[in-house]
Amino acid sequence: MTTLTPVLSRNWDRPDSYTLDAYRENGGYEALRKALTMEPDAIVEMVKASGLRGRGGAGFPTGMKWGFLPKDNPKPRYLVVNADESEPGTCKDIPLMMANPHALIEGVIISAYAINSHQAFIYVRGEVLHVIRRLRHAVAEAYEAGLLGKDILGSGFDLDVVVHAGAGAYICGEETALLDSLEGYRGQPRLKPPFPAVAGLYASPTVVNNVESIATVPSIVANGAEWFKSMGTEKSAGFGFFSLSGHVKRPGQYEAPLGVTLRELLEMAGGIRDGHRLKFWTPGGSSTPIFTEEHIDIPLDFESVGGAGSMLGTRALQIFDETTSVVRVVRGWIEFYAHESCGKCTPCREGNYWMVQVLRRIEAGKGTQEDIDTLLDICDNLLGRSFCALGDGATSSVTSAIKYFREEFIAGTHTPAWELFPYQRTTRWANESVEEDA
Amino acid sequence: MSTPPKPNPIFSGENRARLELDAKEIISRYPKARSALLPLLHLVQSEEGYVSNDGIAFCAEQLGLTTAEVTAVATFYTMYKRRPVGEYHVGVCTNPLCAVMGGDEIYSALKEHLGVENDGVTEDGKISLEHVECNAACDFAPVVMINWEFFDNQTPESMKKIVDDLRLGKDVKPTRGPNRLCTWKQASRVLAGFDDGRATEGPQAGEPSLAGLRLAKERGWQAPDPADTAAAADEEGTK
Ligand SMILES: Cc1cc2nc3c(=O)[nH]c(=O)nc-3n(C[C@H](O)[C@H](O)[C@H](O)COP(=O)(O)O)c2cc1C
Ligand code: SF4
Ligand code: FES
Repeated sequence: MTTLTPVLSRNWDRPDSYTLDAYRENGGYEALRKALTMEPDAIVEMVKASGLRGRGGAGFPTGMKWGFLPKDNPKPRYLVVNADESEPGTCKDIPLMMANPHALIEGVIISAYAINSHQAFIYVRGEVLHVIRRLRHAVAEAYEAGLLGKDILGSGFDLDVVVHAGAGAYICGEETALLDSLEGYRGQPRLKPPFPAVAGLYASPTVVNNVESIATVPSIVANGAEWFKSMGTEKSAGFGFFSLSGHVKRPGQYEAPLGVTLRELLEMAGGIRDGHRLKFWTPGGSSTPIFTEEHIDIPLDFESVGGAGSMLGTRALQIFDETTSVVRVVRGWIEFYAHESCGKCTPCREGNYWMVQVLRRIEAGKGTQEDIDTLLDICDNLLGRSFCALGDGATSSVTSAIKYFREEFIAGTHTPAWELFPYQRTTRWANESVEEDA
Repeated sequence: MSTPPKPNPIFSGENRARLELDAKEIISRYPKARSALLPLLHLVQSEEGYVSNDGIAFCAEQLGLTTAEVTAVATFYTMYKRRPVGEYHVGVCTNPLCAVMGGDEIYSALKEHLGVENDGVTEDGKISLEHVECNAACDFAPVVMINWEFFDNQTPESMKKIVDDLRLGKDVKPTRGPNRLCTWKQASRVLAGFDDGRATEGPQAGEPSLAGLRLAKERGWQAPDPADTAAAADEEGTK
């Protein structure tokens, strides 16, 4: 049986968990002291040896990414933290930065030291005012305590950190769009290569990492690569947040070793809400193909989820019970992609627009016999032909929902989804009103 | 001949001088000036409540850009409003997870209660309404953001009461945020990078954020002791 491993969330039950004092009382910034006595390259090696893979969705090995920075480029190097968290279902970085911003700041300092960068940015989505306050407060505390700025803790290492608020655009989570946005442009993805490691922010070598990836680094430095590898699976080492939302009794953040199963997590979360059963779920956000009850024992690590036809993504487990129309949910996600498409390439801009029209029709019970094929054709045209992963991701829910629930799409040729699945039955308060009616 | 338009008082005279100082401070944070454009747009929004053509011209002048260049950026991002919004801007999450949990019901209840459509503003200028995408709080669904503060686990009734209170000028407290909601303009100023000193108000975490930690404590679960793994690693090494 897998058990939980709270590391980043360990101190969140302290009311003052976000302060420097509270963080230090739990051993905070000890990893930084240790790191500053190490050779920067030794830290990169340690992170490589730990097997840490990016927590922002794609799972790229973090230490390897750092190793790609060219040795001979004289330009300044930048560390950019991706705190844009906007993938539907994903809700881990925001509570982490609200409750424990110093874990991220300590990670930023250690990571910047390891890659020899003196300027870091935290690009945080703009729609989370209090998180932005907490981050700025933590940065100010760190400067005050000599943990940021010149000659950090007497080591001779200098680092400045800027907290930069975005302005509402999912695509700015894509790392190259993020860099364009940070440079003051519309957030549109860049052609890769060159990768950010070679030509990133201001065409300088840049590392872009997710909040959780960077916040995990101090624990690796403090406890060792072996400790990290003792959790998780061989190729998906360590722990991470599993964020349960939707029709479960106790939704929330569960910090567990990679490889935990949904069955185990559901047991921890009190199960599906009373009187209902699991219908479908996303393993890693709306861009990952949905799963059903048959996937409940798949280890939630990169390889196993991939092998079962989906992606681990951001471990955003959105849980829907049998009251939910899959057509309604997919229509909503595709409206999201259509709205958030940056418009740079035709398959994504047009494809999502057309899918919305078709899905609205099916939801209203006015679909045609050809509609399912039309959707699959559009997805064919999008997948692999779009400029960035937003376009690919948009197809995930459509193709997987048709695969597992084709009959619901067919029903959309004659019956509205809200008649098949009355929408008032899905709400958080639905169970209460059933009792009242009885 | 038409008379020249009166200069916008917000971007002229003393107020302009003050804003130019703010702009300088923002620009100084970045290695390249243009990176300051997003915060500058938040800044002009904090003055007028939206990004007007005058606001765009102000940003352009601070950065040596054309107004067309600034407009292209301002229109790309949904948080910049090209028309005035309410003093309290209500964003109901209707991304599927929240929608299914009740966000759709909350959104239609508010439309009816306030008598506005999407992006509409009440006549008293107090409340505007829009539906927003996932705000990274799905474990608190259904979620509503007011001036980008969290209002977790809402219902149509709770939200109607909150907007009524706001229209009556009563203090309203976000679920995970400062002790009192600030105005749209004040919020925009925080986004521009000017602190309002309220970071230490409000809770550190909501209940769902603590769900895993509480269970782990109850069941005595912890991450492995590093001493054990270090010992194991040494053994490996000597094998
Ligand atoms: C449309 C889109 C949105 C993304 N949004 C985010 C995000 O909000 N946060 C994030 O860390 N990564 C996001 N990513 C992934 C980033 O491009 C990038 O892989 C990641 O920040 C790298 O960090 P990591 O290696 O630490 O995971 C997104 C990717 C795409 C295509
Ligand atoms: S796939 Fe979509 S989001 Fe990505 S570049 Fe093309 S239009 Fe923009
Ligand atoms: S779906 Fe509403 S906050 Fe994520």
